[in-house]
Amino acid sequence: MTAPARGQVTGATWQEETYELLKEHGVSQFTYVPDAGHKRIIELAQDDPTVHAVTLTTEEEGVAVLAGADLGLERGVLLLQSSGVGNCINFLSLVKIARFPMLMLVSMRGDFGEGNPWQFPMGQAVEPVLRVMGVNTLRADGPEEVTAVVDAASTMVFQGGESVAVLLTQRLLGAKKF
Amino acid sequence: MVVVQASPEARLRQLTFELDRREVIPSIVGDHRDFLIVSGLAGSSKDVASLTDDGTNAFTMAGAMGAAVSMGLGLALAQPDRRILVVTGEGELLMNLGALATVAVMSPNNLAILCVDNGHYGETGYQRTPTSFCTDLEAVAAGSGIRRTVLVEDEDGVPLGASAIRGDDGPSFVLLRVKPTEPPAFSRNLHGHECRARFRNALLSS
Repeated sequence: MTAPARGQVTGATWQEETYELLKEHGVSQFTYVPDAGHKRIIELAQDDPTVHAVTLTTEEEGVAVLAGADLGLERGVLLLQSSGVGNCINFLSLVKIARFPMLMLVSMRGDFGEGNPWQFPMGQAVEPVLRVMGVNTLRADGPEEVTAVVDAASTMVFQGGESVAVLLTQRLLGAKKF
Repeated sequence: MVVVQASPEARLRQLTFELDRREVIPSIVGDHRDFLIVSGLAGSSKDVASLTDDGTNAFTMAGAMGAAVSMGLGLALAQPDRRILVVTGEGELLMNLGALATVAVMSPNNLAILCVDNGHYGETGYQRTPTSFCTDLEAVAAGSGIRRTVLVEDEDGVPLGASAIRGDDGPSFVLLRVKPTEPPAFSRNLHGHECRARFRNALLSS
């Protein structure tokens, strides 16, 4: 018998379960460029006096903030949209050179069911670009699998010392209507 | 309508560049062991490596241009009981001015930013940066919401700069205007994973 997904036990949404899971993994710096897909997790971080919620002006700042957090013996996560992955590329050399642990949750645009042509170039480049820079990618396509994927990613990052981006796909989030 | 395009030379400022970074940075910082230090690349990394003897309280970069202030922010949030000093150049800072806004919003009072402004990209042949022309980075920092900003351009300003980076009313931003002369020659460890490990180990055992 397989264990039920967390949300089935508590009635919480996958966003709330993911937030609690990240805290269980010791995450205390939540850095983000706001995005609808991350709205709930951002609200939870902003309302939680035990963590730092850092609004970034560009996603690459988050890569550097998390490197600084690691120097200071704290753990963090970067919440961004797929287009923001492109802004991070050069700073990921910092992660690769110094082996800073790096956990990213990427809300995808420009894939399943996308109607805005401007989202495709970066959306389709996310996985190949991250992999070239040494960041592993894991996909979450449904609400029932998000916490298991984030749990796996957090272990790979904070115990394995790897960089991992969890791609929250448009199968999970739904495509924005145009 | 006739568009008149002024040459950039017309926007060159008449600025004072009289301080030598090799002398004034040690004067402002004082005992470097009072700080955890992050530096940008190029000149500022050599300033810091020389100052600390490539010490375990410093993480210096040789790439990722534009990352220094943000790294300092993450470190400041993680270590609220330690003073954090970011030493960067104006070229590095200009690559990510938004980071000043992020710092201002989070407002960690243990974070100081020392921007060594020589008006030039020294590492690549001393091409002029925007600060030689018309850009005032102290005004940018103040406009971003950094509470305490100081301009140091001569010996008289050094005590002000020194007290700003040690104040309890941070975050602070010190714009240190220096001559476009070479930073100290210093051969430091460029292997980031070793520098990360030694920094963390020193912090864990402190």
